[in-house]
Amino acid sequence: MAQQVSVDISRRGGGHDPGSAESCPKCSQLLDSDELAANLMVCSHCGHHFPITSRERIGQLADEGSWTEMAANLRSADPLEFYDLRPYVERIEEAEYDTGLSEAMLVGTARLHKMDVVLAVMDFRFMAGSMGSVVGEKFWRAAERAVETRFPLVAVCASGGARMQEGLLSLLQMAKTTCAVEMLSQAPVPFVTVLTHPTTGGVLASYATLADVIMAEPGSLISFSGPRVIEQTIKEKLPEDFGRAESNLNHGQIDMIVERAELKNRLVQVLGMLEGGVACALQPLWEEEAGPAGRRGAFAQTLERIKSFAHTPWRSS
Amino acid sequence: MRKRLSELSRLPTLPGVHLRDEASKIKRRLHELGGGGRGDSSAAWEKVKLARHADRPYTLDYIGLMFPGFIELRGDRCFANDPAIVGGLAAYQGRTLMVIGHQKGRDLASRTQRNFGMPRPEGYRKAQRLMALADKFGIPILTLIDTPGAFPGIAAEERGQGGAIASTLMRMTRLRVPTVAIIIGEGGSGGALALALADRVLMLENSVYSVITPEACAAILWRDAKEARPAARALKMTSADLEELEVIDGVLPEPRGGAHRDHEGAARIVKEALEENLRELEMIHPQARRQERLEKFRRIGVWRENGLTLF
Ligand SMILES: [Zn+2]
Repeated sequence: MAQQVSVDISRRGGGHDPGSAESCPKCSQLLDSDELAANLMVCSHCGHHFPITSRERIGQLADEGSWTEMAANLRSADPLEFYDLRPYVERIEEAEYDTGLSEAMLVGTARLHKMDVVLAVMDFRFMAGSMGSVVGEKFWRAAERAVETRFPLVAVCASGGARMQEGLLSLLQMAKTTCAVEMLSQAPVPFVTVLTHPTTGGVLASYATLADVIMAEPGSLISFSGPRVIEQTIKEKLPEDFGRAESNLNHGQIDMIVERAELKNRLVQVLGMLEGGVACALQPLWEEEAGPAGRRGAFAQTLERIKSFAHTPWRSS
Repeated sequence: MRKRLSELSRLPTLPGVHLRDEASKIKRRLHELGGGGRGDSSAAWEKVKLARHADRPYTLDYIGLMFPGFIELRGDRCFANDPAIVGGLAAYQGRTLMVIGHQKGRDLASRTQRNFGMPRPEGYRKAQRLMALADKFGIPILTLIDTPGAFPGIAAEERGQGGAIASTLMRMTRLRVPTVAIIIGEGGSGGALALALADRVLMLENSVYSVITPEACAAILWRDAKEARPAARALKMTSADLEELEVIDGVLPEPRGGAHRDHEGAARIVKEALEENLRELEMIHPQARRQERLEKFRRIGVWRENGLTLF
């Protein structure tokens, strides 16, 4: 389940080093760090999307000052007293030190173009974005908040799979997050996932693929088994585009690929459309004449809001 | 040292206070002394070998021994019939039961045909179809779990292996009929869990259930697949370990010497457990049963919050 997927995020504690340069792994161009950051960590030459931290992601999506973190005090315990070459607690402390985070997922509320949402954003740097008890519980609380407030839930995924060091407890977080999605669909509250590089294993095989709409960033690896495991099993080399977002789109596994610069707008458009439908469903037909906030009114308002981003083409490509 | 360790883990965590440094030092020392965890690694590894024993009864063996009649239903109606998962209608005490399980093969030909019990997406989609069918007619569902894991292959990925497992889990949260899952051999990661989001999850004594195979875990964390023995112990994957962690609903003792020595005896034990659990589950209103199922999985996890360890 958990697996080795190599992702190069050497930037410690998030953010970039001002004034330095970074070379693009895809086109080898040397990129100025400030310009790269200003371009949302996307290569201006070839469009390669560099992995970003959970805080950077929230900074890119949330309206200024609108982010409020929840469940920030949750920390991993060591229920198995897990010890490989080093104790689990030591690995956790190291991850905390390296990332400045307390776990592989941040959850909270934010506004995207004034639309209230609940965000759940994973961070691959924290123990390969692995899902253990804390990630499962944080996701549950995010879903619970979404149901209480009727804010849509947006989950940005980046994960190597379930966290081995919590054993079966980690595997069962797949069941737990699935139950959380079921709670969302009973409400119903819109739920959209953004699969980023890499989304694999137990996260892919639970809430990541259970969303109402699944988006992915260009070039992201999206595969249940790790490429290395597959190569070892079938004993042949995998094609270059194996498991990438583009291949997943061709095979009907995701709805769309969205470039980072368009992500916020696209999310608001999709959520707005879904919410328009939810507004209709919650407002019974016989109350239709109740006034401007009635069934048609709610939908019209949503439509106005999503139309206001004139720079994002209204019709999806 | 153990006492000191448990004292440490009960203390609230304060910012800037690195109690865990001391905790990890003690754990390291305990590990060096050879008592890092309960049970020793050869015992855990023995269980892994037993769970994979080629003479252990498989799903179709249990079906043959437990039910006077069984009609296999095949195919996902989309792509193919996956022989690594079998399912169908079983005659059970004058009524019907839906049985779905992983199926391994015994000789080389049948092992290959069954893909070593490693399902592809069409297997999970067949399982979902059969679950929906059972739900429609109020037929209780028994799942028998025995797989090293979902098959890792290019075509399986292209057909949505991750999504197929996830949607099977989702289907199981929604079922109105009672569900009993029994781990009969190898409960290997997501490929096993997909059939195990049930009202009751039971394990046969010599079965294992794990987030990852000990070999793969060793390859990643020990950087050496040959360290599978200590990995098997560290993962706490035996029925006794998991009962202690309170993540399963019960352990079924096997006949003397293990299920591989006495298929009839094992089938009798599984059948009795099925009867007992179904009797209890059928007393509950479908709506309440569904809610309890969600609650059960919602509670799973151990973490610290404001310094307290919560279960
Ligand atoms: Zn480039």
